[in-house]
Amino acid sequence: MLRISCPYCGVRDETEFHFGGPSHISRPPETVDDSTWSEYLFVRDNPAGLHFERWLHAYGCGRWFNMARDTLTHEIRAIYAMGDPRPDL
Amino acid sequence: MTAHREGPYRLEQGGLVDRTQPVPFSFNGSGYMGCAGDSLASAFLANGLRTIARSFKFHRPRGIFSCGVEEPGALVQLGEGARVIPSARAPVVELTPGLQARSQAGWPSVNFDLGRLLDFVAPLWAAGFYNKTFIWPSWHTYEPLIRRMAGLGRAPGERDPDRYEVGNLHCDVLVIGGGLAGLEAAWDAGRAGARVVLVEQGHRLGGEASWDRALIQGLPASSWLTQMVQQLNQMSDVRLMARTTATGYYDHNVVALLERTQKNHAGAPRERYWIVRAGRVVLATGAIEQPLIFAHNDRPGIMLAGAARQYLRRYGVAIGARILIATNNDTAYALARDLEEAGVSVLGVADTRREVPEAIRVAMQSLSIDVFPGSIPIDTRGFSALRQVTIGHLSADGSRVEARETVHCDALAVSGGFNPTLHLYAQAGGKLAYEESTGALLPVTQHPSIQILGAAAEKIRIGPRASPVGDPKRQWVDLLHDVTVADLELALRENFTSVEHVKRYTTVGMAADQGKTAAAPTLELLGKLRGVAASSLGHTTLRPPFVPVTLGAIAGREIGERFAPHRLLPMHDWHTAHGGLFQDFGEWRRPVAYLQAGESRDQAMRREALAVRKNAGIFDGSSLGKIEVHGPDAREFLDRFYINDLTTLKPHRARYGFMLRESGVIFDDGTVMMLAPDRLLITTTSGNAGRVGLWLEEWHQCEWPQLRVAIMPVTDQWATVSLAGPKARTILGKLATDIDLSPAAFPHLGIREGTLLGIPVRIYRVSFTGELTYEINVPANGATALWEALMNAGAGDGLQPLGMDALLLLRLEKGFLHVGSDTDGTTVPDDIGWGKVAANKTRDYIGKRSLRLPENLRTDRLQLVGLSGERGHPFVIGSHLRAKDSTQVTDGWITSAGVMTLTNEPIALAMLRGGRAKVGTQVEVYDGSPVALAGRAQVVNPPFFDPAGDRMNA
Repeated sequence: MLRISCPYCGVRDETEFHFGGPSHISRPPETVDDSTWSEYLFVRDNPAGLHFERWLHAYGCGRWFNMARDTLTHEIRAIYAMGDPRPDL
Repeated sequence: MTAHREGPYRLEQGGLVDRTQPVPFSFNGSGYMGCAGDSLASAFLANGLRTIARSFKFHRPRGIFSCGVEEPGALVQLGEGARVIPSARAPVVELTPGLQARSQAGWPSVNFDLGRLLDFVAPLWAAGFYNKTFIWPSWHTYEPLIRRMAGLGRAPGERDPDRYEVGNLHCDVLVIGGGLAGLEAAWDAGRAGARVVLVEQGHRLGGEASWDRALIQGLPASSWLTQMVQQLNQMSDVRLMARTTATGYYDHNVVALLERTQKNHAGAPRERYWIVRAGRVVLATGAIEQPLIFAHNDRPGIMLAGAARQYLRRYGVAIGARILIATNNDTAYALARDLEEAGVSVLGVADTRREVPEAIRVAMQSLSIDVFPGSIPIDTRGFSALRQVTIGHLSADGSRVEARETVHCDALAVSGGFNPTLHLYAQAGGKLAYEESTGALLPVTQHPSIQILGAAAEKIRIGPRASPVGDPKRQWVDLLHDVTVADLELALRENFTSVEHVKRYTTVGMAADQGKTAAAPTLELLGKLRGVAASSLGHTTLRPPFVPVTLGAIAGREIGERFAPHRLLPMHDWHTAHGGLFQDFGEWRRPVAYLQAGESRDQAMRREALAVRKNAGIFDGSSLGKIEVHGPDAREFLDRFYINDLTTLKPHRARYGFMLRESGVIFDDGTVMMLAPDRLLITTTSGNAGRVGLWLEEWHQCEWPQLRVAIMPVTDQWATVSLAGPKARTILGKLATDIDLSPAAFPHLGIREGTLLGIPVRIYRVSFTGELTYEINVPANGATALWEALMNAGAGDGLQPLGMDALLLLRLEKGFLHVGSDTDGTTVPDDIGWGKVAANKTRDYIGKRSLRLPENLRTDRLQLVGLSGERGHPFVIGSHLRAKDSTQVTDGWITSAGVMTLTNEPIALAMLRGGRAKVGTQVEVYDGSPVALAGRAQVVNPPFFDPAGDRMNA
């Protein structure tokens, strides 16, 4: 069970959070072609290693934030606010 | 000690047991006596019992092999009835008065078992036999019999009557193991001010030190231990937990513990499952002794040397009257010395190493104990229990036997080296690898949060572990699963060479002991058989739990009614008092109907629906999701979620619409109410209240934080009392109110805020039943008072409460869809006839772009249509449909079905391929098991009743 440090509440159990998929995905404008739009809908990277993702403190403050997590070791490398750019790790 | 004694027995003195306190117990129905302080295994040995179980495949007799959780032989069934515990390991069962133990296999008895016949056809049961035999006519013909014959425990068939609890702990240091090393580590950490939790799986702290030696740091061992425990107990931030096993190491230093409480009063939990969040962890978990591999190395009477020593020093029991010792390392000699001191006959020590350390040779000489260097057992005899051992004297290179010698003995204590107990280390991600000189799996990485101390960190060098001669089919590697060296050879011959494949093909290490005494020897043997270094083989993944965990302990108190929370409607008590028949809709417990005397559920539904169409009905719709969105950008924000244009929505007006997922799939339907330009309220389908609230928050926080809105779920704050029917206005008008209810002042889809009987309310004219409806939102605490006032006011008008059954029928008559029933994870707006609305909206909204993807533009998609049938032949939800001249197996299915309230005509909603083009035609309806033609239906446009909506708009 991960122990996650919510930027607003401090360290809590993983069970207080919802995982929100990869972060830093830009929503394309309506004008893109079908292929680009489908990629936005369905295609995601699946790295073995560092992954930048969104988390929601669902049973806590209700705020979304970003996390850099190693998908192999579950080491949490960084936690940063929603909307902040990807940190250099 | 007499020349005629055979088998294990209790010595007159010695050990930590109290011989003055006898403890009665039964085994296989016969009564025996043990002593206070005994384990079940030591009590078995004290009573001379040698055959305790029968092996998994061959039904060979099995005795006690170890003194710990690693026990692969003496597994017994404890207790009776609902409290039966299968596969309890006798060495770790505390002997309590009246304990009932039974063997788990052996018919007619464990001592005389006809199942032993299987041993005579042992080759039939070689690894993977079920892939090659028992194939015709089908494996399942044989499976039940084979499963019955493979005797391990039977799970209880009744509900667990005991109580369990789950607890949480946080600490700076978690010390696992309450032996010497663990206690000292706890002491150090405690003195440094850390919050410490120490867990010990046995019932006493001190571990081996409590019986292993006379003095610790100059003090008698017992005094030293008492003092240490006292000091630890005085530290307020140190918690000592005995009878507690660490069962699993999870991410981020989260460790699970299983505490076996003493349940000293009724209502106390039998076990507790603790989740510990530790800053760092100390593993003082000791090491598990490993066997030697030789032919017939599985007989009762063959036991690990360290275990034999513990039985002697801790329990005052000798494992035999004439004991032979075989070892490949220094540790077993302590057993020889101790047995000699206790007056038990030691026949000699066979050491597989050619060079035995000088100090040991000298010590053994002074005790007159023969030592045979360069020797290893190569065979044993004894049909029921050990009678004799054949020792082979090895050649210089250890590959051949140059001479043999037979020793008549009733016990053989073996030591094949030690494997540190590092399962938790591996679970934590620490890497282990087989190391040749110790024959053990040792850490090759340093884990940042784990410290390994004591015997778990020791390296004990060994000599050869396996006999170079002897039938491989009779050399056991895994005693619990009856896996032999021949099985390993077979796996390799069939090209299952990786350790993971060998494990699964032979089932070595897959039994209840998880191969605690098999893993290391297996790796050594595989290395030899494959001609590679065992250290290059890796090892199979070690997974929790380390010992079996009662399922009840993991569940704790979250069982029965506490398994999932129930949400009750504000008028729940009223519904209960008036015949409400309840059903769970997700979390919500709602009445499906209100049964009057002698009524069936169906009859109640028809009566209620009729009441609504003729007079009026009152419905508790409080579970409907309600979310308020406030702020200057509230309308702009919500407009991005709906397929409907919200810019034209006016104050005090409601609009029905749909929300989509970004893929274009319908996510929710509901109404958007404008209370004021900067105060909107949306409703959602009951099951989605939480989901839609989260959805709005997600887009606001992650995508559009610049929009100035506040999102407030208010589902629980407002009760919803729906008054529906031709007489709804009349009834409502009888209550004192400041709201003008006349149709001109308050039209359909209008919203009014005001008071009813002085209670603040919001009233919406939205209708799910298709009748004139007032949906009254009232603060939840005041709801019952309003409900009762309306029931009174409507008594003379035929007002009746209606449940979900009637509601769903009435809406079906109007062709109103129910998201999740009439839509699924593929349904887009055009499929349900809202394609134009979705396409006409010029501003972007979630899902809009997806509606132009080719898949969503196909004309042969499943489309929502109505079906009309013959009286007396109601439709069944889920029935499949086939159009005339169809080339497909199915063209769709029925999603909702009912019988019209006023005409008794069967109707349905269905998803039909290219449905809209098929209106006016007939389809075949298929149903049943096996599926067969059930009837025919006419495809029509819903609604089936009041298509113009006159009643709703009144």
